[in-house]
Amino acid sequence: MPEALEPLVRIRDLAVDFDGDAGLVHAVRGVSFDLHAGRTLAVVGESGSGKSVTANAMLRLLPKRGRIVNGSILFRDPEGGGTIDIAGLDAASEKMRQLRGARIAMIFQEPMTSLSPLHTVGDQVTEALRIHDAVPMAEAQKRAMAVFERVGFRDPKRMLDTYPFELSGGMRQRAMIAMALICRPALLIADEPTTALDVTTQAQILALIKELQAETQMAVLLITHDLGVVANMADDVVVMYRGQVMERGGLADIFRRPEHPYLKALMKAVPHFDMKQDERLTPLREIRIDAAAAAAAAHCGREPIQHGRTVLAVTGVTKTFTLRSGGLLGEPQQVSALSNVNLTLRAGETLGLVGESGSGKTTLSKVIMRAMAPNCGQVCFDDGGGPRDVFKLKGPDLKDFRRAVQFVFQDPFSSLDPRMTVYDILAEPLRIHRVGNEDQRFQRVKDLLELVGLDQRSMRRYPHSFSGGQRQRIGLARALALNPAVILCDEPTSALDVSVQAQILNLLKDLQKALGLSYLFVSHNLAVVDYMANDIAVMCRGVIVEQAPRETLFRSPKHPYTQALLAAVPSPDLDHPLDFARLTRGGFSNPADWPEPFRIVPGETRPEMAEVEPEHFLALARPCAPAHPEPMRAAS
Amino acid sequence: MRMILYILRRSVTMILTLLAISALVFIVIKLPPGDFLSNQIAELRSQGDPSAVAKAEFLRTQYGLDRPVWEQYLIWIGAWPGPNGFSGLLQGDWGWSFEFQRPVNDVVGGALGLTLLVNIAVVIFVHVVAIPIALYSATRQYSWGDYAATLLGYLGLATPNFLLALILLFYLNRWFGISIGGMMDPRFDQEPMSMAKLQSIGSHLIAPVIVIGLGGTAAMIRRMRANLLDELQKQYTITARAKGMKPVPALVKYPFRMALNPFVADIGNLLPHLISGSVLVSLVLSLPTVGPVLLQALKQQDQFLAGFILMFVAVLTVVGMLLSDLLLAAIDPRIRFGRRRG
Repeated sequence: MPEALEPLVRIRDLAVDFDGDAGLVHAVRGVSFDLHAGRTLAVVGESGSGKSVTANAMLRLLPKRGRIVNGSILFRDPEGGGTIDIAGLDAASEKMRQLRGARIAMIFQEPMTSLSPLHTVGDQVTEALRIHDAVPMAEAQKRAMAVFERVGFRDPKRMLDTYPFELSGGMRQRAMIAMALICRPALLIADEPTTALDVTTQAQILALIKELQAETQMAVLLITHDLGVVANMADDVVVMYRGQVMERGGLADIFRRPEHPYLKALMKAVPHFDMKQDERLTPLREIRIDAAAAAAAAHCGREPIQHGRTVLAVTGVTKTFTLRSGGLLGEPQQVSALSNVNLTLRAGETLGLVGESGSGKTTLSKVIMRAMAPNCGQVCFDDGGGPRDVFKLKGPDLKDFRRAVQFVFQDPFSSLDPRMTVYDILAEPLRIHRVGNEDQRFQRVKDLLELVGLDQRSMRRYPHSFSGGQRQRIGLARALALNPAVILCDEPTSALDVSVQAQILNLLKDLQKALGLSYLFVSHNLAVVDYMANDIAVMCRGVIVEQAPRETLFRSPKHPYTQALLAAVPSPDLDHPLDFARLTRGGFSNPADWPEPFRIVPGETRPEMAEVEPEHFLALARPCAPAHPEPMRAAS
Repeated sequence: MRMILYILRRSVTMILTLLAISALVFIVIKLPPGDFLSNQIAELRSQGDPSAVAKAEFLRTQYGLDRPVWEQYLIWIGAWPGPNGFSGLLQGDWGWSFEFQRPVNDVVGGALGLTLLVNIAVVIFVHVVAIPIALYSATRQYSWGDYAATLLGYLGLATPNFLLALILLFYLNRWFGISIGGMMDPRFDQEPMSMAKLQSIGSHLIAPVIVIGLGGTAAMIRRMRANLLDELQKQYTITARAKGMKPVPALVKYPFRMALNPFVADIGNLLPHLISGSVLVSLVLSLPTVGPVLLQALKQQDQFLAGFILMFVAVLTVVGMLLSDLLLAAIDPRIRFGRRRG
C-alpha cells in the first residue's frame, strides 16, 4: 500500500510571502500535504489561491519578490540520497539545481510560450538530459527519440529538428512532457497542463500523463481549477483558497462528501450536463439585477423585438482564406474557413456555437459583425422592420445595424483601454453614435453600471483596479450601452474562474430575460454552452456538423464529432469517468476520418444539412456535383 | 537555391531603390539656385577677371552644367552621353570636385576606407560594451550596479559627443601629453602601410571610437535591458530554469537570443546613422573621414562630391539592410520558415 510508505514529498506549514507594491502579501499561509510515489495529488483552487506559488516554491522558482518564510518541503528521493529539505536550500545552490529537471520536473499551462521558438524541440529536450548526465549528443538524441515515441510522436527522428511553432498546441504539450520526463523524475508538477488545449486534446494529454505515471511510478502534482479534470485524474485532492488548505483527502471522500462550504459552493458553480431545464448555477457571489434599472434600460430607445422572431439569419456563408505560399513561384494556397454555414438566431434566445480552435467560430462571428466579407452567402438582420442583407447596408442603416449588434470579448484584460476610466469606456459608444447630451449619457452610464451590478463609484476608476469578472461586467455594460438587439459573446467566460463564470453566465441570462436580448454564444466549453443556449450548433473545420435544440443535441448526439467532443469533456461526477482508451485514438476532428455517411473528402464529397428529426440537423456527405466543382474545395 | 533566388530578388529591389535615391539626392543638391561654378563665375565677374571667368565657363560646358537638370542627372549616373561620352557613377567615374579641383575619387578615396574603419570599430565597441552591461543590469534589476549602469547610460545619452571630444582632446593632452587628433601620427601621413603606422592608427582610433560610440552604447544598454526584462518574464525562461540549467547559460541561450532580434534588424540603420552623426566629432578631432568633407561639399554646392558621398551612404544603408535581413533569417527560424509556410 502506498499510504503505508513514507511520502515522497512532505510539506509542512509552508508559508510564502510576496513583497507587493501594496505591501507584504501572504500568498501561501501554512500549507501542509503529502505526495506519494505513483499517485496523483490534485491541487484545486481559483486564481490567487496560492496553488501555483506552492508548486513554484517546491522547485524554488519563486519570483524575486517571493520568499519562503516558514515551513519545510521534505523530498525523499526514491533513488537514495536521503531526505532533503527543499525549503532550507539556497534557491541558487548547486544542490537545488540538480533537483530541478532531474528529480522534480514541471510542465506549464501555455505550451507555446513554455518552449523557446528559436531552438529545435530536439535541442530543448536533450538539453535537460545533458545538463544532468554528461551523455554524448548521439546518446542524448537516441534517448530523446525514445521519449518522443513514448509521448506519441509518429516520426521521432524528425522531431529532433522540428521547431515548436511547427507543432499544434497538443503536440507542443507532448514535447513539454517529453522534456520533463527524459530524466525520469520522481515527481512531475503539472501546472494547468491542459487548460489552454481543446477538450479532445486535453483528454489525450491527460491519458498520456496517466499512462506514463503507471509506467514510471512517478508522483504527479496536478494543479488545476477544473473539477472535471480532478475527478478523472486525482487520487488525492487538496483544495486551496486564499493561500490556505481548505480541505484535503482522497478523491472519493472529497467529491462525494465535500465538507467545507467553499468546496461545496465551487461544485455548485460549475455547469454540468445533468442540470434540469431551469436549474440555476449558484455562484459564490450572486449579482441580482435591479428591476428598476432594467426597466430604465429597456425603455431607452428601441422597442423589443417580438420573442421568437428571427433576428439574424446566416445562409450559405462560405469563406476561404488565401495563404501566401512559400517560395517565389508556389501557388497560393486556399484554406476553407467556413463552408456553407446556415444559422438562425431568434429574438430573446441564445444560439450556442461550439467548436475547437480553428473550427471557424471566430471567422463566423466576424462575418456576422460585417467585419469580414464572405465569399458567398448572406447574413440577414431583422430588427422588426423586415429582414435586410447586412452586406448591402449603407449610411444610417449600417449605423443602426452597428448599434443593434454588439460584441463581448474573450479577454477582459485586453478588451478595455487601460487609459480610459470606466465612465469614458461606457460613454464612448454613446458619444460615437451621438446619443443624448452629457447629462443623459451620465445617467445612462449610471444605469448601465447598476444593470451589471457594479457600484456607481466605479465610474471614475480605471480598468486595472477591477478583477477579471468585474472587467467582464464592464465589457458587458459597454455592449449594452446602445441597447442592442443581438450580442455576440465570444468565449466570454473562458478567461475567468469557475465561480466568477457562474456569476457572469447568470447575469447574461437575467439580462436576456429583462431586456429581450438575443445571444450568439461562442464557446469551446460544452457544459457552458449547454447551460446558456436554446439551440446549439457544433462546428468543425468550418462546417456545422450538427445543430439541434439544447435538450436533443447533448442528450442524443448523432454526429461522430459531437459524440467525440462530448465524450472528451471531463465530468466532475465520479460515476462518469472519461473513456481514455477511446479518446486516445484521436482523429475526430478530421472530416476525412469520419465514418460513412459523414465522411467528407475534399474534392469528392461536401457537407449538406439534413433534418433527421424535427429541428435536429446533421451534416451528411453528398457527392460533389462534377459540373460545378467548388473552386475552394478543389484547391484545398 | 531558395536563398539564391531570394538574394537575387532583393538585389533587384536594391538597385531600384538606389536609383530612386540617386534621383532624390540629385534633386536635393540642385534645389538651391545656381551651382558651384555659376557662383564662382559671378564672384570672378565682380572682381573683373576675364581669364578666370573664361576658365569657369569652360568647366561649365565641360561638366555639362549648362544643360537641363534631368540631363545633368542622367550624365551624372552615366545613363546619358556627356561631353566625354558615357562617364558617370555606373562607369565608375565619380566626377570632379570643383572645390578641391581634383577628381572626387582622389578627394574621398582615402577617407572612405578610414570612415568605414572608424565606424566598424564603433559598431563593435558599442556591442561589446553594451551587451554585458545590459545583461548584468537586467538580471540584477534595481541593484546598485543596475542604478550605476542606468546613471552612466543617461549621462552618455545626455552628453553631446563633440563636447566630450573637446574635453578628451584637452585633458588627454594636458595630463598624458598625447595628441589624439587626426587618424595617425602626422609623420606617417605619406608613408606606406607598416606595423608602426598600423599601431599609430590603432592608438588614434581609441578616443574617437569611445566618443562616437558612447551615445549609441548608452542607448543600446537601455533598450537591451528593457528587452531582456521582458524576455526574462517569459515562460520559456522559467522552463529553462526548471530544467536545472545554470543561470548564465540559461540567460544567454534563451532570453538573450530572443532579445537580440531588434538589434540585428537595426544593423542596416547603424552605419549611415553613425556617419552623419559623427560629423561634428570628426571636425573636432580632425579625423579625415567623409563626414566633414560632406558638410563642406553641401555648403559649397560641390555637387558631384556631395552626390557621391550621399550615394555612398545610401549604398551602405541598403547593403546593411540586406545583411541584417539575412542575419535575422539565420538566427530566427520563425523568419526562415515563415517564408516557406506563408
